[in-house]
Amino acid sequence: MERIDTIRKISDELTNELVVCNIGFPSRELHHLKDSSTHFYMLGSMGLASSIGLGIAMSTKRKVVIFDGDGSILMNLGSLVTIFNQNPDNLILIVLDNECYGSTGSQCSYASTVNLGRVAEAVGFKNNFFFDGNEKELKFKEVLKSCGPVFVHVKVKPGNANVPVIPLEALDIKDRFMDEIKKIETNIA
Amino acid sequence: MDGSQAVYNTLKQSEINFVVSLPCVNLDNIMKMVEADEDIIHVPVTREEEGFGICAGAFMGGKKPAILMQNSGLGNSVNALASLFELYKLPVLMIISHRGTEGEFMSAQIPMGNATPKVLDALQIPYFNPKTPDEALKLIPKAWKIAEKNGTPVGILLSIKFW
Ligand SMILES: Cc1ncc(C[n+]2csc(CCOP(=O)(O)OP(=O)(O)O)c2C)c(N)n1
Ligand SMILES: [Mg+2]
Repeated sequence: MERIDTIRKISDELTNELVVCNIGFPSRELHHLKDSSTHFYMLGSMGLASSIGLGIAMSTKRKVVIFDGDGSILMNLGSLVTIFNQNPDNLILIVLDNECYGSTGSQCSYASTVNLGRVAEAVGFKNNFFFDGNEKELKFKEVLKSCGPVFVHVKVKPGNANVPVIPLEALDIKDRFMDEIKKIETNIA
Repeated sequence: MDGSQAVYNTLKQSEINFVVSLPCVNLDNIMKMVEADEDIIHVPVTREEEGFGICAGAFMGGKKPAILMQNSGLGNSVNALASLFELYKLPVLMIISHRGTEGEFMSAQIPMGNATPKVLDALQIPYFNPKTPDEALKLIPKAWKIAEKNGTPVGILLSIKFW
């Protein structure tokens, strides 16, 4: 499955979950498929999508879905350790694993030899899913029903869709995202 | 009042309610006070850069974030400060134990100690150097106001003599 089709299939199942999306083409692909105030497109800071998602999950009641990449999680493996220890029940960490640095030209990453799902298990994650890239097998409804923190390892094909750069300013992405969080938090209170 | 108590008091005064930390000997007491405080979420992290990512998320989720760190950790966090905090204009209060300053006994701390103010300058991050607990009581709440108003990290450099 192409990465963009995986993102489409997952985001079709989402309603009001908050989404943190990885740097580069994954964010461009998500924005191209569907733009929403629930999306935080991480334009820089490679490696920190899972950490940003953890901070959000610990500060709100909303469910947080993170689209991370194999290369990016390898840059911040300690994040798995912190997420496991903080144990947020509203966090879903998806690693879109194309075994390469897709956004910079698909140079190989060590995810081809190291199984990231087993790394998460070794850290202690209890609710783990693996999808091998077969479209029919990817059942995200089940993931959404499980208690967090959830680790979702999805194999995808290398390469990027031919989609434009996100036409939003960083500040607009942030302001819109924070307004979205405030809106619903106020409703709960 | 001792330095640790003064810093903790200013965190409370500024309504900081989310703190990530990575230890330095000089931060031990503040870390204990933060851990014992039920109104502050305390998240020990594995690397300061990760901590900045968590603080960014916590701020967007409505918290007032601070990080307790040694100045060495600034070196571990430069890209996060530029490509996340500056880009999106995010505030965070950085309580930094500044090693490698006057009275340092470990030579290993000197290079990063010297580089620290220059790294902050290069990142255009404002910072203060309170020399005594009294100065900390005045400067830290002011620093957090600047952070919130301008959407920027603000550093509090606490040199060896402060403790
Ligand atoms: C600190 C840092 N190093 C390198 C880069 C260049 N870079 C941007 S995206 C990317 C690839 C990320 O790979 P992965 O997380 O696997 O995502 P993919 O694009 O494969 O979906 C790289 C290396 C960067 N932006 N920041
Ligand atoms: Mg990849």
